[in-house]
Amino acid sequence: MPYRYIRNSTALIALLLAWELLPAFGIVNRTFLSSPSEVSAAMAKLIMTGELGMHTGISLQRAFTGFGLAVITMIPLGFLMGWYRGFEEISDNLVQTMRQVSSLSLFPVFLLFFGIGEISKIAVIYWGTQWPILLNTISGVKSVDPLLIKSARSMGSGDFSIFKKVVLPSSLPSIIVGLRLGATHAILVLVAAEMIGATSGLGYSIKNWEFNFMIPEMYAAIVTLALLGLTTNYSLVYLEKKMIKWKEETNVLQVEK
Amino acid sequence: MGPSGCGKSTFLEIVAGLIKPTSGSVFIDGRQIKGPDRNRGIVFQGYALFPWRSVIGNIAYGLEEKGVPVKEREKICRKYISLVGLSGFENHYPFQLSGGMKQRVAIARALAYDPDILLMDEPFASLDAQTREILQGEILNIWDKTRKTVIFVTHNIEEAVFLADRIAIMSARPGIIRKIVDVPLGRPRFEEHRTAQELMSLRQEVGKLVREEASKNAI
Repeated sequence: MPYRYIRNSTALIALLLAWELLPAFGIVNRTFLSSPSEVSAAMAKLIMTGELGMHTGISLQRAFTGFGLAVITMIPLGFLMGWYRGFEEISDNLVQTMRQVSSLSLFPVFLLFFGIGEISKIAVIYWGTQWPILLNTISGVKSVDPLLIKSARSMGSGDFSIFKKVVLPSSLPSIIVGLRLGATHAILVLVAAEMIGATSGLGYSIKNWEFNFMIPEMYAAIVTLALLGLTTNYSLVYLEKKMIKWKEETNVLQVEK
Repeated sequence: MGPSGCGKSTFLEIVAGLIKPTSGSVFIDGRQIKGPDRNRGIVFQGYALFPWRSVIGNIAYGLEEKGVPVKEREKICRKYISLVGLSGFENHYPFQLSGGMKQRVAIARALAYDPDILLMDEPFASLDAQTREILQGEILNIWDKTRKTVIFVTHNIEEAVFLADRIAIMSARPGIIRKIVDVPLGRPRFEEHRTAQELMSLRQEVGKLVREEASKNAI
């Protein structure tokens, strides 16, 4: 087991080594690229002062609120749109158009409406996150095998039962794919929004520390973001494995979409 | 039996109450079929097992819908699991089973809520020859133990003659019953009846009728 972990991390370790050595030998200007040791030192300092925790906390709060709102609104809506043909027919064009409206292009609009406070940032994260969740829920519902529905009907299931016992479990894998895409999107939009219009959070910190030429600190924030993304993805993969034991084992990490 | 596209499966689904007939009506023991009901159980060619439910979970489905309490449900499930010879596989998921095992689960599932009539839509068509023969034998056994009316759709003449008391041959366009022939063979039946001499002429007769209908269809 430990050997496997080391082997699978070969490239990562190589990159860290190169990153450490390139500035040390002066191949890359160390003012622009702090080495991992400098970054970890800066990170430790930022953790001690509580600054990193504070910014991470704020960022997470924004991302989770936007993401959470998208989950609780878009999964039910996805079920409605996937299940009732008429509902999808009248709304499909709207959805296809709206999802092409880039989240960040709407950020100024949200700023106008909601001001520089939390709501505008949550709104822009919500906007970006809702599409993958909605579209994957719809496709999950639509790809339910009609034979299974027939089979359930033949055993006396009514509509509610079919929804609960057939449609819901059958579309779960697709919904979880939507959640993973949504979570990735949430972090992406979060950083950009915080860079443009915020006075706290990791996105703001990256910009701010770069501005003040605190380069190791800037990298520390970038690394924190990467770690957040990694944690989120692994948690969702774990959730997927826990909830979907009935699928043939596939290498979930390799089918990253 | 009948050529592809003559409406065998459609008929079966009408009997199951899954589709409404364009015209006319179907009665079982004097009662008109108005929708699906647990007095009929159906087994599909494509198994139609719920992939997220284990073997026992699949078999329990109809009982759940019927409102049978958990304890009794489990008892009944185990009984049918052993009837189809799957003891030890209770907690396996469908993806871990072979085609023949999946079809055994589907049969147990359709029997578990104790319907009066078992509808089988080419249940063995996608299985390999050996598995098919084994399952044909099992169906005879199960019939012996449960004595349920079975309506069985098949393409396979030997299978029809071996399993049935009566064979209805359908014609295509319009999909009507061309002829009903009786199989002059009592029960219980055994492997040797598969090739029994006295059934030779019947096999030939049925074969001829089916081929005639199929060739009409081709024109």
